[in-house]
Order: sequence, then structure tokens, then C-alpha cells
Amino acid sequence: MAQLLQHLINGLAAGTIYALVALGYTMVYGVLKLINFAHGDVMMVGVYMGYASAFALGREARGSLLGIAAVFAVAMLGCALLGFIIERFAYRPLREKPRLTALITAIGISFALSYGFQLDIGFLPGASPRAFPEIIEPTEWLIIGDRDVVVWNWQIISFLIAVGLMVGLQYLVFGTRFGQAMRAVSWDHRVAALMGIPTDRVIALTFMLSSGLAAGAGLLYAIKDTSVSPLMGLYVGLKAFVAAVIGGIGHVPGAVVGALVLGLVEEFVVGYAASSWRDAVAFGFLILVLLVKPGGLFGRVAAEKV
Amino acid sequence: MRRLAPMLLAALAVLAAACEKKTQPTPSGEAGAQAAQGQPASAGGTPTGADTILLGQVGALTGGQATFGISTRNGIELALKEANAAGGVKGKKLAVKVYDNQSKPEEAAQATTRLITQDKVVLILGDVASSNSLAMAEKAQAAGVPMITPSSTNTTVTQKGDYIFRVCFIDPFQGFVMAKFARDELKLGKVAVLQDNKSAYSIDLSDVFTRKFKEMGGTVATTESYSQGDTDYRAQLTAIKKTQPDGIYVPGYYSEVGVIARQAREVGLKVPLMGGDGWDSEKLFELGGSAINGSYFSNHYSPDNPDARVQKFIADYKAAYGGVPDALAALGYDAARVAIEALQRAKDLSGPSVRDAIAQTKDFPGVAGTVTLDDKRNAVKSAVVLKVGDGKTQYVTTISP
Repeated sequence: MAQLLQHLINGLAAGTIYALVALGYTMVYGVLKLINFAHGDVMMVGVYMGYASAFALGREARGSLLGIAAVFAVAMLGCALLGFIIERFAYRPLREKPRLTALITAIGISFALSYGFQLDIGFLPGASPRAFPEIIEPTEWLIIGDRDVVVWNWQIISFLIAVGLMVGLQYLVFGTRFGQAMRAVSWDHRVAALMGIPTDRVIALTFMLSSGLAAGAGLLYAIKDTSVSPLMGLYVGLKAFVAAVIGGIGHVPGAVVGALVLGLVEEFVVGYAASSWRDAVAFGFLILVLLVKPGGLFGRVAAEKV
Repeated sequence: MRRLAPMLLAALAVLAAACEKKTQPTPSGEAGAQAAQGQPASAGGTPTGADTILLGQVGALTGGQATFGISTRNGIELALKEANAAGGVKGKKLAVKVYDNQSKPEEAAQATTRLITQDKVVLILGDVASSNSLAMAEKAQAAGVPMITPSSTNTTVTQKGDYIFRVCFIDPFQGFVMAKFARDELKLGKVAVLQDNKSAYSIDLSDVFTRKFKEMGGTVATTESYSQGDTDYRAQLTAIKKTQPDGIYVPGYYSEVGVIARQAREVGLKVPLMGGDGWDSEKLFELGGSAINGSYFSNHYSPDNPDARVQKFIADYKAAYGGVPDALAALGYDAARVAIEALQRAKDLSGPSVRDAIAQTKDFPGVAGTVTLDDKRNAVKSAVVLKVGDGKTQYVTTISP
């Protein structure tokens, strides 16, 4: 029983982070119908920005609320800028081109980032994995029984930050004028432009938002697993993409549910079966969902306009 | 504005090309790298005439395993310098030609061919990583040029043919060493195993450990697995914790082991972790933090060994390159000295004679243990067990086969 509870906590911790990354995929897909395969790598860049700023702050970053906020702010704003640059120079010129072109560019950017960051020159970090500094001093927050179940302070903090970011996003999309514009662009960006909505600006802001969110998720991931490397984005990005598709890509709560389901499924497979089954079960689950409900758990199948 | 994107791309391309130059050494780059390292004239460069015996080395001087190749090269240089100071071999001086394999097997194979056909070396010293040595062994065997690998532990390397030797122990031996240490020294009764399912090295070690540990009367409570590159091991560790083991055997590489140690402490496992020479890296201390303290791993050699020969090697190495030599430098040094000794005994410098001389190596006093080659051309030697504590390792014991 205790073991089950511990697995549940571990699975939720992994799932919330997948959820934040999955939201980035879903937002961009929702607005542009583009699967931004570079999303996971933008997350990785954000992690290294956080790494650098945590070291620049030294001990200030550790334990103090202001220090943690500063690390998150640097990484999220830095990544938002990166998202803006990528959208402006890699995707916008291709917006009126067939969708496949943008998809290939996205894969190109993903590889450029993940392999570029393995070079060991200048500010680039090199291929070796590094230990992320403990910006939250780990303390045991809740212990059940003879250490049968252990909950750490950073697990709670990560969970709260993740939920906070999700709620904020939900409000942004459904409660603000910007969100209204986003949804209008998502519906049909040409008509939206005719209605006087500055589509380019809305799309750029969506990219910045999703990239900033990715950086936040990346930092939570780095706090959780402590080891960071230039290839981490490929791995987490792929899993989050699967989560977004399971939930129904383009659907915000769907991405969250899909990610939580995926996190729990993986944890239970590894805990009760074997780790070699993890990816097989995750992708098997994806195939099953696509067979039974092609639009994902929450999605609707929309007929493609011809 | 539409022009901006292509321009930026062009700028990026130029930048990429510039980076390329810096990281990818051109064929002439090796000589430059040697010069930069202050290579002594006696042990480097091309041979100057018939009064020189040329050896070849292929190692990773750049790429992901760069520290391996550089350490090995330093060790070999030191051995050659000593041999030349003592008068060389058969009245001739020794020199070594070094090629960089960029941590890639295909480059290693190519460099080997170059050593054999162009430089006509009498003997080749191989790489550290087994995959590179395997690619080299094929070429060396086909050409009938003897090859000694200092530190490739994979069993299949010397199975490539009768011209391939090694001066280190093989992987299955390490599994035995840890099982014996866990039973006899740590007195553990029940252990769990956490192996890397993507690494033949890890699976080999884990299989032997499990078999030997059971033979010695212990129980293996559970065998869990992970894949190289994973960063979340909580599920496996939670499952391991349920079996309440006295220790956990993690025969992986340092990049994963450090994180595993942290997460083991996090889920509340306080028992010691144990592993093999894949742990031997400074990175282990960074990734593992204080969580890795109190763990043990088997290795080829320990700088703490009070033996006068080992301490002299360490002092010489420090004087020449600064810093304490790691196991790879020690094995490079040993490999070169085994080669030199064999060349002295060989009746001439032809491939078959040198091969026979190396095969007869017996009780050779190396700094990383005594080298005796068995009929499968593997070194039969003891291993040391090191304990990790506060950013360094500490010698615990030596275990013989």
C-alpha cells in the first residue's frame, strides 16, 4: 500500500512536468496547426539559462524565495526571447508554405539546438551531463510510517508552481482579450486578420508564452532529477508530445490530463513490471488512443477544410 | 525585412563553419596537438631513421571520451621516455606515432590502417573504449601487427584474433570482485541489482555478480533495470526499497550512477551502493553530491597504493603533466612497458616474433597490478576496491582472481 502511494506521488510529479511541456505543444498547435518539434529543446536551453543564473547568483539562489524567483524569471524571459527569434526567423517566412515545410524546419531547429549545445566552445555547455544546483534546499516534508512514503518540500513547491502556471494559462486563454485574439487566430487567421486582429503579434506572443512555459517546466524537471544534459529536451519533448496527442492536441485541459495519465502509467510500468517496458507501454497507449478515439481523449475530430 | 532571414541563415552557416574548424582537428591537427602538449622529441613525431623503433597509438584525443585518450597517451609517453633514458631497445630509440580517433570506431579503424600501411609500426597500442578497440583489432589482426589495448575490458576484444592482447582484466572479473567484497568484507546477505539494459558492459557485470553472490551464499532480492540516459529512477528504487536489501549493485556509468545515488537517498534507501570501473570519473562526485559517499566500486588501480613503484609513477606523472594519474594513465603506462619488454625479448621485430614475445609475458610488475597473460591473451590480475567519500576515492582492499 505504501509502495503504491509512493508510486502515485512519483507519477504525479513526473506527470505535472510533462503537462507543462505538453501545454506548449498544444498552444502552438492550437494557433498555428504546427507541431513545434523544437519545443523540448527550447526547454533544454531554458534549463541551461537557469543553470547559469543559479551559479551567477551563488548562494543567493539557494533557499531564498527571491533567488528562486530570479532564476525562474531569467530562464523564462530568456526562453520567451528565444521563442520569439525562432518564430520570427524560422517559422514566419514559411507560414504561407505547405505545413510540412514548417514541420521539417522545426525538426532542424531541434537538432541545431540539441547538438549545438554539445559543443564545448564559448558559453556552450559541452556534452557531459551536469548536476543542476539545488536551488530549493531539499527537506523532507511528510514522512509516513518508517519512511515508507516520503514527500519532499520541492515536490510540493514544484506541484504548486506547475498548477499555478496552468491556472494562469487557462485564465489567459479564456479570460483576457489576448486569449480571445488567440482563439480567433486559431479559428482562422486570415479572417481574424480581416477583423483587425494583429495576427503576427498574437502568434509571436503565443510562441513566447509557450517557450517561457517550457523553461519553467524544464527548471522543475531539473530540480526533480538534478542531472541536465543537452539531449534532455529530445526525450522530455517526445514524451510531452505523446501526452498532448493522448489528451487531444490543441485542447488545454486535455494536455494536462494526458500528461498526468502518461506520468502515472510510466511510473507503474517501471515499478511493477520492468523499465524496458516503459516506452513500449507509453507508445502502445498512444496507438490505442488513436485507434479508438483518433482526436485524443478530449479532442473532436474536425473535418479538414478543403 | 524578407531578406533578413536568409541573411541570418548565412551568418549562422559561417559561424557553424568557424566552430567546425575549432573542434574538428584536420589531419595535421594531431601533430599540432602533440606540440601543444609539449611532447618531448624522443617520444613523438615521425621516426628519423633506421635507428628508431616506431610504435603506434590510436586514442580519443577529442570527442566525448577525450579524457580517456589523453590520459593513456601521457602514460605511454612516460614509459617511452624512461625506456629511452635507459638506452632503448636493441640499441635503438623508441618513438610513438599518435592518431586521434575522435571517439569514433570508424576513425579508429582508419587510423589503424594508416599506422600499418604508411607508418609501418611494429606494434599498436589500442584505445580505451571497447567499441573503438574492436574496430582496430580487426585491422591489426588482418595485417598481422600485434596490438595491446591498455584498458578495453569487453570480453570480445581479444577474441578478434591471436595478435590482440590486453593488460587489464575483463568485465566478468569485476562482477566476481564485487560479489566477493560484498560477501566477505561488507558481510551483506541480501542485495538488489540495478542494471543498465542498454549497456552490454552493465548486463555482463550484473549477471556475473548475481551468479557469484548466490554461489557465495547470499541472496539477490530483485533485479531492476534502467536505460542509459534516463534521469528518473524513483520507480525502480521504490520497488527495490520494498525488498529491504543490505546493499545495491549498480554496474553502470558515472553519468547515471550519480543521479541514482541521489534518488536512492531520497526514497529512503540508506544502504551502500556498489559498482565497477564505469564509475571512475570526477563527474561522479558532481552528479552524486554527498549521496554517493560511502559507496564502493572496483577499479584497476588506486593512487593510494603505498607500493614504491606506484608512488614513483605518480610522482613522475605529476612532474610531467600535473595532476594525479587516473586508472587509464596507469594502464597506458603498463601497456607501453609490457610492449617494450616484449620487444626486448623478441628475436626480431617482425609481427610473429613480437606477438610470441608478448604472449609470453608473465609476472610483469605493472603499476596497475602484476600482468600475466593467459592463453586467451587477457591479463590475469587483481582488482582494487575503492570507497567514495567527499569528492575523492579511498583505497579499501585488493582482490585477486
